[in-house]
Amino acid sequence: MAARNRGVAGSTPTPGGVTGGSPVMSAVAPRRVARKATRRAPLAGWLMLAPAVAAYGFFVIYPFALGVQYSFYDWNGVGASTWVGFQNYLRVFTDAEMLGSIRNALVLIIFFTVIPVSVGLVLATLIRNIRAGVFSTVSQTILFLPQIIPLAAAGIAWSWMYAQTGTVNQILSTIGLGGITRPWLAEYGFALPAVGLIGSWVLTGLCTVLLLTGIGKIDTALYEAIRLDGAGWFREFITITVPGLRQQIAILVTLTVIAALSSFDIIYTTTRGGPGRETLVPGLSIFRIGFTQSDVGLASAFGIVLMILVLIVVVPLQRLSRESK
Amino acid sequence: MIGSRREAILGRLVLIVVLIVTILPLVSMLSAALQPADRNPIGLTWPSDPQWINFVTAFETGNVLKLMMSSVVIVLIVVPASVIIATMAGYALGNLRIPGNRFILLAFVVGLTIPFESLIIPIYYQMQSLGLLNTPWSVGLALIGLFMPFSVAWMRAHFVGVPVELSEAARVDGATVWQEFRRVQLPLAGPAISALSILLFLWTWNQFILPVVLIQDPLDRTVAGALTFFQGQYYASIPLLNAGALIIITPAIIVFLIFQRQFIRALLQGAVKG
Repeated sequence: MAARNRGVAGSTPTPGGVTGGSPVMSAVAPRRVARKATRRAPLAGWLMLAPAVAAYGFFVIYPFALGVQYSFYDWNGVGASTWVGFQNYLRVFTDAEMLGSIRNALVLIIFFTVIPVSVGLVLATLIRNIRAGVFSTVSQTILFLPQIIPLAAAGIAWSWMYAQTGTVNQILSTIGLGGITRPWLAEYGFALPAVGLIGSWVLTGLCTVLLLTGIGKIDTALYEAIRLDGAGWFREFITITVPGLRQQIAILVTLTVIAALSSFDIIYTTTRGGPGRETLVPGLSIFRIGFTQSDVGLASAFGIVLMILVLIVVVPLQRLSRESK
Repeated sequence: MIGSRREAILGRLVLIVVLIVTILPLVSMLSAALQPADRNPIGLTWPSDPQWINFVTAFETGNVLKLMMSSVVIVLIVVPASVIIATMAGYALGNLRIPGNRFILLAFVVGLTIPFESLIIPIYYQMQSLGLLNTPWSVGLALIGLFMPFSVAWMRAHFVGVPVELSEAARVDGATVWQEFRRVQLPLAGPAISALSILLFLWTWNQFILPVVLIQDPLDRTVAGALTFFQGQYYASIPLLNAGALIIITPAIIVFLIFQRQFIRALLQGAVKG
């Protein structure tokens, strides 16, 4: 995913990836013929794998190693570098600006993950019986539009929406809330939620459609049974819908949390971290420290920290979704 | 029965609200783009005298044609190479027994979680030392590597799902691994390959941070990366900025509307498998 890098940026972990192979392989194992034949393939196999491993190694593993190396030096990108040990990491965890950007990224999880998944769940439950037709096709198309346009364009669209004379304030004035209009992206206390809601806008459609396909696979007999029991909407939701969608929810949470922690595109085209440091996020912080302040070591250290942060959030989620299988 | 009927009506209402909110920013862009270029636009209005000329102005002064060409070049570097490389690797990891394949698979899977922001600094210096900065190759090669975990996982998931009997039959007939791959497996992989191509096209076309960092001249970037150039150029004219941004997102939307079904399926599967 991709989320959207991503777009949703593009890349996300494979829930079935690691485990998916083993049942297949063990199913193959007893078949003598197949096993014998596959064993003879190491050379051809390696030749087929080599380009992928080379591309990955050269443009992901190597830069990663380079980043780790830089993170232990004080280097301005041009001149000589000095070994500083763990000092850069220490600065990441003590500097108010960088800590603030991590905190902002965690706040964004509310808008990138909690809101889209909740709205998606409610909506998918309510329209689960919708018949396939023109209306549902058109809805699906519209819900997917935010996935198609670049996040940077979403940033531009919403900068205008939130402007003093923009659509948001216009609507507020129309419904009699003219008193609270303001340039949303420029005000302390409002800029971060405003930027967060752009993320909600991008991700809600994807969440809804994915949950809708998941809900279609839940046995309708379960719903009939609980209705006969006299259960209400809420109990039905908690006892059947949510457990039935556990895997989809785990996937969406993983995907959207990664999007929240790497929200460079939207921030860069809307607020550039402002006002002050209100909307500074790790991606933008790395960009600034590395290229504007030319502190390559510190920026690299922050990059590694961001990577670890994502893993800390994602790995437990993968465990959870695997258990639910 | 009555309960579920009320539920259905409520559901449609909520859906309609969500749909309106989804489309509002795009309509709002159009509204701004059609207002006089030299004035600050006002909210959502259908202007009495729509300035379609803004699109012409933005297209010309924004060098949109050149931008699109740069994007196409980068897409052509990334998509075909990634698809070919990943298809071979996906087959090898999904169907063959190779010493160390589990370790390699794990290495790719971990790569799925890496935010591009984390690697942007070292990639910049890597491209600098390769002398590729400010060329489409810098973005193209980096993206081939960065998309590789997803591409390989995607193709492997396809090949794992192909019934074993097929490859057994091929082997009984005496086909070598390469013959089996080309004559039996590849023809069956069409849908998986086209879906992967769609996703990679979209992600490359919309890629932002790499072109912004690696290519200094905005005209050589991907269209998405060039949006910052528009922001700089049209900071004084919101109508022109929105017109330019609309022009830039239109090709992707047109392609989406044509291949809608494939797109949605690819994106959904991409989310699940990815």
